[in-house]
Amino acid sequence: MIKLGHGHDKLSREIKKLSGINFNACLHCKCCTNACPFLEGMDYHPNQVIRLVQLGLEKKVLESSTIWVCVGCNTCCSHCPMAIDIPAVMDSLRQMALEQGVKIAEPDILNFHKEVLKTVEKYGRTHKLEIMMRYKLKKMDLLSDMGVGLKMLKKRKLDLTPSKIKEKASLEKIFKK
Amino acid sequence: MKKSSKNSLQKFSFFPGCSLKASGHENTDSIYKFCKLINVELVELDDWNCCGSSSAHSVDREVAKNLPMRNISLAPKGMPLMVACPSCMIRLQQTYLHIKQSEKLRKEYEENWGTFDENLKIVHFFEIFEQINLEDSVENPKEKLNKIKVAPYYGCMLYTPPDMRFGKSYYGLMEKSLKSLGAQIIEYGYSTQCCGTYLSVAKPRIAQNVVNRVISKAMEAGAECIVTACSMCHLNLEIRCTIKDSIPVLHFSELLSMALGEKDHKKWFPRHIVDPIPLLKKRGLL
Ligand code: SF4
Ligand code: SF4
Repeated sequence: MIKLGHGHDKLSREIKKLSGINFNACLHCKCCTNACPFLEGMDYHPNQVIRLVQLGLEKKVLESSTIWVCVGCNTCCSHCPMAIDIPAVMDSLRQMALEQGVKIAEPDILNFHKEVLKTVEKYGRTHKLEIMMRYKLKKMDLLSDMGVGLKMLKKRKLDLTPSKIKEKASLEKIFKK
Repeated sequence: MKKSSKNSLQKFSFFPGCSLKASGHENTDSIYKFCKLINVELVELDDWNCCGSSSAHSVDREVAKNLPMRNISLAPKGMPLMVACPSCMIRLQQTYLHIKQSEKLRKEYEENWGTFDENLKIVHFFEIFEQINLEDSVENPKEKLNKIKVAPYYGCMLYTPPDMRFGKSYYGLMEKSLKSLGAQIIEYGYSTQCCGTYLSVAKPRIAQNVVNRVISKAMEAGAECIVTACSMCHLNLEIRCTIKDSIPVLHFSELLSMALGEKDHKKWFPRHIVDPIPLLKKRGLL
């Protein structure tokens, strides 16, 4: 049994405001969950994430692996009878998790996103080789998955030099803090 | 737009996106070649930037909004903007839609990026097939792909966020066009399963499982090759597959341009992990 505390709907109101999505229309029919290809990496199923928000179980949901493993492929919401934008809810939950400084369940995924954005901030475009190298360095793990990296280099799937935009000034506008 | 029997020249500005530009060179090149063959001119969007992809969406919503905005502002007036990468397309189209719907966002856009073009059309590469007749671009179309058994793979491209769900659906487009050029279409039930995108880097095991599932199901159903419409999917299907004697993965644009007589494939195929040449020779396509 879950006892709902006073003001348990605070989280749900906040996430609704942040995401603009009315996930309280959820029927818990699990069509989303049945369609999601990445359940094996998730601790809670997509519909359970919505339930956790509705119940106000903030720590559980913000520290869940699901919000990071979700890649935003839109498979779930394309199957949802209520057209609930689950990936947008996940976006807001990640944002809240970062703002509150809770324990991040999937630091590798966060690290990867940060490295991607670093190259975009520098060049205006992503630079795969640099992302991979920095990601691996930070993880202190240069050797695992080496075979795949080498295969990519051999097949010239990783450009050595980055492709850059000319008008650097707009990057400051885009990344203004 | 009405289809014309002889394809008259059409011009698009073209947004390649990082995946095509930086690792899928064979995809970009074959798209340009194919378009030329069907009388479509692509003009690369000058100084385009990354659309933000999943990473901006995941950790920085301001950046996720600003990156597509700049691209929209670069699009020349009076010409549709064509996007080849499905996920860039969603980012650009969705941002465009949100600006249209929200006065506040529109004001923000105009303060930073100039006048908003109300009439800009942002379309996927697939839109071309709505406007041309593939069969008219080549003689004896039915003989071109010589019954090669292809398993089309869309990844997540047919799925959209709910606020875009009344837009166009391209379900079946690859099947229809490849069939019209003489390929045999293999149904295998996994053509719309997401490829795992960046989990390929951060969670390689998960990506490997989904990729192996897609490819093994296609092989069991009798496919000789997989055909992709996204450079990112293509990369993941190639690098994360651990199936022994796996089948080649071809870009949709490669097969199309080959069917229309393009000979440049010698530059493309050495970049593939599973060499498609033996299969294409066996089918008499090379
Ligand atoms: S598919 Fe939609 S309505 Fe059904 S459980 Fe998932 S979010 Fe709720
Ligand atoms: S968007 Fe996220 S939750 Fe939905 S199907 Fe894709 S990975 Fe699963």
